[in-house]
Amino acid sequence: MTHHPPYLSPDYRSSVLRAPSRPPVAFRADPDAVELTGPVFGHDEIGELDADLTRHHAGEPIGERIIVTGRILDSAGRPVPGTLLEVWQANAAGRYAHRRDQHPAPLDPNFTGAGRCMTDEQGRYRFVSIKPGAYPWRNHHNAWRPAHIHFSVFGTAFTQRLVTQMYFPGDPLFPYDPIMRSIPDPAARERLVAHFDLDVTEPEWALGYRFDIVLGRTPTEEQ
Amino acid sequence: MSAVPPTPSQTVGPFFGYALPYPQGPDLVAEGHPGAITVTGRVLDGAGEPVPDAMLELWLGETGTRRALDRAGEGVSGFGRCPTDADGSYRFRTARPAGPYLAMLVFARGLLRSVATRVYLQDGPDPLLDALDPSRRATLIAEPDGEGGYRFDVRLQGEGETVFLEF
Repeated sequence: MTHHPPYLSPDYRSSVLRAPSRPPVAFRADPDAVELTGPVFGHDEIGELDADLTRHHAGEPIGERIIVTGRILDSAGRPVPGTLLEVWQANAAGRYAHRRDQHPAPLDPNFTGAGRCMTDEQGRYRFVSIKPGAYPWRNHHNAWRPAHIHFSVFGTAFTQRLVTQMYFPGDPLFPYDPIMRSIPDPAARERLVAHFDLDVTEPEWALGYRFDIVLGRTPTEEQ
Repeated sequence: MSAVPPTPSQTVGPFFGYALPYPQGPDLVAEGHPGAITVTGRVLDGAGEPVPDAMLELWLGETGTRRALDRAGEGVSGFGRCPTDADGSYRFRTARPAGPYLAMLVFARGLLRSVATRVYLQDGPDPLLDALDPSRRATLIAEPDGEGGYRFDVRLQGEGETVFLEF
């Protein structure tokens, strides 16, 4: 539990009225518990271009082209093959293609910023995008979110379901971001920062980042 | 093998609405499916106000023959996803689960980590329900809505706070 942020993190204002006031009930699931399994998605439910966010429109989006790749692992470090990963993000100017995003930065007609892919037999995923911009929000005076990509991962059990955010190395906004800082352990925060990787980087084309995701223990695994 | 520390959770934020919901996501079965039920309700915050930017996921325990993402195929999908409306409401159409409950996850801006709960379609002897304080037990029991469906509100905080689970 200490790896994750507490539900109540008052510096993140939206948590104040939404964080449960009682700790979750610790429950030792019986072997038949529904939560010990999770949905299986078919590879053919995913479009070929879903993992390339730069090719969802007629033209190319503005911004720094990036490749993000990594592995999805279970708590024993074993790869999780064939699991669904969804990503969404702001455009290079820091604006989401969401009707409620009021940030006065331009929308990019060639960028929506939503994609998905499945992990391969080795638990690897890879998608192509552009680097999202930082953006202001109204949490407190002069609040800015560090550039990030939202990730949604399934795993093999409903208990492993994870939604998180990936950050970019060296962002000067880290010390000021109450969402990232809601994670008490600095070492755990670091695990949300992707690594720049020259081997992933493709010459004359795109910068490469590596980001591995480790899912939580399932109740059937041994302590 | 030794345990690898997990990747921490972060909030789903306010802007997932154009990315995560998908057509027929809330429909685990097609309209007219024999024996289909609806599960409807609202997500409420600690002030009793609706949460208009939450997303709920439902899991029946089996993947089924109706596909989860493109919703092709006949029968039942085990998975559904529904964002809340401006009044915090959601609506799933599903088959009955094999057991007494459906598994539910709730994501929202302000929730740094999703909350897990169960929607019991009937009360009865049950390892989880029996372990709860009687006053809290009721928060996991869906109410028949009189039209063949069930109502299940999620109260994130405060009076009547829904029981959330840590497995």
